[in-house]
Amino acid sequence: MSQYSWPDPATRPLLGKSIDRVDGPSKSSGRAKYTYDYNPQGLLAGKILRCPYAHAKITSIDTSAAEKMPGVKAVEVIQGPGMEIFWAGDEVVGVAAVDEGTAEDALRAIKVEYEVLPHFVSDAEPPKTVAADTGPVSAEDFQDMEENQMPDNEVIAAIEKRGISLKPTEKDYASYKGMGVDQSIIAALQKAKFVAAENKPKSPYKKTALQTQGSPDKAFTTAAATSEGVYGLPCIVHACLETHGSVIEWPGEKEVVVHVSTQNVSGIAAQLAEPLSVPAGNINVLQQNVGGGFGSKFSVDRWDVNTANLSKKAGGKPVKNLLDRKAEAEVAGMRPSAYARVKIAADQDGKLVAWDSRSWGTGGVGGGGTPPLPYIFEIPNQRKQNTAISTNQGSARAWRAPNHPQASVITMGAIDDLAAKMKMDPLDMVLKNMDIAGPRAQTYKEEFAIADEMMGWKKNWHQRGDKTPGNIKRGLGLSMHTWGGRGHNSNCDFTIHPDGSVEIKMGTQDLGTGARTIITIVAADTLGIPMEAVTLLYGNNRYPQSGGSGGSTTSGGVTASTRRGAVDARDALFAKVAPALKAQPTELEAVDGRVQVKGDKSRSLSWKEACAKMGAVPLTVHGKNPDKDEPPDLTNSGVGGVQMADVSVDIETGIVRVNKMVAVQDCGLVVNLKTATSQVYSGMIMGISYALYEEKILDPVTGTVLNPNLEFYRLAGLSDIGELKVHMMTGKGYDDRGVIGLAEPAVVSPGAAISNAVANAIGVRVPFLPLTPDRVLAALEQGGGNASV
Amino acid sequence: MKDDDARKPESTSGVSRRDFMKISAVTAAVPLVLGPKVVEAAGEEVAIHGPGRVPVTLNVNGKKLNAELEPRVTLLDALRGPFDHTGAKRVCDRGACGACTVLLDGKPVYACSVLAIDAQGAKITTIEALAEGNSLSPVMQAFVAHDAQQCGFCTPGFVVATTHFLQTHPQPTAEDIRHGLSGNYCRCGTYDGIRAVALAQAGGKQS
Repeated sequence: MSQYSWPDPATRPLLGKSIDRVDGPSKSSGRAKYTYDYNPQGLLAGKILRCPYAHAKITSIDTSAAEKMPGVKAVEVIQGPGMEIFWAGDEVVGVAAVDEGTAEDALRAIKVEYEVLPHFVSDAEPPKTVAADTGPVSAEDFQDMEENQMPDNEVIAAIEKRGISLKPTEKDYASYKGMGVDQSIIAALQKAKFVAAENKPKSPYKKTALQTQGSPDKAFTTAAATSEGVYGLPCIVHACLETHGSVIEWPGEKEVVVHVSTQNVSGIAAQLAEPLSVPAGNINVLQQNVGGGFGSKFSVDRWDVNTANLSKKAGGKPVKNLLDRKAEAEVAGMRPSAYARVKIAADQDGKLVAWDSRSWGTGGVGGGGTPPLPYIFEIPNQRKQNTAISTNQGSARAWRAPNHPQASVITMGAIDDLAAKMKMDPLDMVLKNMDIAGPRAQTYKEEFAIADEMMGWKKNWHQRGDKTPGNIKRGLGLSMHTWGGRGHNSNCDFTIHPDGSVEIKMGTQDLGTGARTIITIVAADTLGIPMEAVTLLYGNNRYPQSGGSGGSTTSGGVTASTRRGAVDARDALFAKVAPALKAQPTELEAVDGRVQVKGDKSRSLSWKEACAKMGAVPLTVHGKNPDKDEPPDLTNSGVGGVQMADVSVDIETGIVRVNKMVAVQDCGLVVNLKTATSQVYSGMIMGISYALYEEKILDPVTGTVLNPNLEFYRLAGLSDIGELKVHMMTGKGYDDRGVIGLAEPAVVSPGAAISNAVANAIGVRVPFLPLTPDRVLAALEQGGGNASV
Repeated sequence: MKDDDARKPESTSGVSRRDFMKISAVTAAVPLVLGPKVVEAAGEEVAIHGPGRVPVTLNVNGKKLNAELEPRVTLLDALRGPFDHTGAKRVCDRGACGACTVLLDGKPVYACSVLAIDAQGAKITTIEALAEGNSLSPVMQAFVAHDAQQCGFCTPGFVVATTHFLQTHPQPTAEDIRHGLSGNYCRCGTYDGIRAVALAQAGGKQS
């Protein structure tokens, strides 16, 4: 049994209650400060000249006119003559000037000549003639596999089968480990046979080997029903409302202060140290609030290094460069597209027996994501193959639940089509297959029962194709999802002062998830004091390291380090107070603002009196969540969630409206019911947005993004969301698993649930998201599930 | 309606594109000087600003604020930069998202789509003035209570828009809310809470 645990449900004054976020007042009053809002004395404006071509070589750059312009303080060539550019919008020259207008004028005065090269931006289905990649895994291949989050077992299989042409050094292995590459992959690399790299002909397609398990051919032959279809979703952007960027200054020769819009306060300095040639310890990274990240703000970007260099050239004066909206859409990340031709089969009872998928997609120059297919269901007989397409566009970055929304749209769409073909209710079909639904099967069962009730599924579901007369057709669809979410590495210094105030220092960040609030709740709950007595200092890399906020790892990490710090600080305080209460430290408890002998209010001190017993010296302990290779105690991995959608489709206009959505979600122990519920609403709303509206459109002729703005890159608005209902799973079987992150899972299912609801309404599958009127009308006209790709 | 209100206020000079062509011809003939110059164009007197910095005076939250700004500077950039009122946010910078919403003579406008020089003489109210001293306005309190904010970057614009909407629609229907609060985007997905703010104000049921 571990030393640390969450308190018994009966003694949780704050944990699990519905509590206003602590940063609410500063945000709603407009006083919350973001990187974009930081206006130090002497601020210069940074701007970047970007390449207008999707693929080109820089032949010459002339910055002399710009450098002579009044008000221009620094010019830096980011990529010089000879450099090959692989996507439109890539950085070429940076300028710092007294104001934005002058900086823009300076950009216009810079002359850059390019040799324009052919580009490729299509993520349409690869030609059948593309052969599987059988040559050795190169350094580039390996990097792409990791960046595209190819499942570990597939990476290992490729390394073992194909050999490797890279020769990793000890330093490389250390850096892989730092990137989060699994130990099993590192072991496979160490054992792999070296094969000299072949001269591969240039092709945008990287096709994995065909993976087979069980006997798919036999299973398809003997199955009672088989369904074939094509499913997919395009590249979409993060559209963080606060764009990427930073304000950087050099107060001293070797001292750098960085205000940056980031999900990774503790991880920035190490990335900047090398390009700036400054010890990481001399780089102070600061951030109070961040205006959205969604997975795209972990790294130091080339433009941040440029901002720092411009500041240095300008005598250390602060330079601010946050990307304009167009650049944000071109270079600051996107979610990879994914499409698949799927064949799926079941026996006469609706038990899934066989799966075949040929998937493809792009995530920029590095290829595409690798959605885990089939999603959730371990179908016994499978065959699959994925082709990653390299395209000339800004690279993909993690987008809330990387690869899962894609896997869910493809898999849940195929299951829904199969159920329709068998005239089965898809809810019955998924419930019949819970034995192959993995470790969260019991959770799904309980959640589907609740969702059924909330949606009135059994009452309202009809066979595919709403037979109601008129042009408005209504339908129901469902989906389910899973995610890991174990807490990341997190450290804090936890201090109780003799005046009774409590201070926590942690190098974390709050993306708007409510991280600040849950840290404060855990501290106050453990010490039996009001939340107002706790001060949280965060958003500064001079505080103890805490992980980047990605993969839903923050809630588990920061609550675990806080709980451990709070428990140790409390116990240290008990040791100092015990003699005054004539008791043993282990006999004490901290409740209702008092330190007392357990259950005996007559032998107690107020919190303030108790803290005064410390004398003049504050008490500081270190709280630390165990590393990934140690067993977790306060956090855990693996959640399940289900969602259902009710839509109306106008078959004359093709317009889809969400009438209602319900989400039932598990996240282990809920720390703050209010912000946890908000995360699920947020997931559904972001999901409605990508299901119905979002698509990053590339022009095949110019290779540029056609909608790099918010008037043509459509987001869901307040009028688009319909009625939303959320139910959080709590109580036995959930609370006792510890705190598990929640940001990713709820955004996974909406695409599939809405797409399935549309198919249920209109009687045919609209193969690709977003479900825009043109796609809906095209599917209706074709009258089948095989719309052309 | 928010959408209509958000449009740039009618220019007092009423200069059309055609007039502008004529003015361009006129300005070419006059020496370029700092500060507004009045020229005659199509029978009307038109103020010419710039090029270069010109003195600009804005009436922001009841205070007169002065700066030397280029005529191309938007109201939003003037507020956020020289005047350091950073509550209004720059997000789309072209009138699509509402994050920069401020009140111009009591009406909501997208501050990114108004030039600072054109906002002279108008009463400009920003999110900073909507809090009553150190306490939150009722709408701000409702945003906290209904958790109508996550990252918070769209929140100031939404609070300004919602404040004006509820002043002009004290008893909004669900349809009013759908229409009236559609001029702002949120990326985190806080619309359910924002809708609850407006509904609660109407004495409606919280969702």
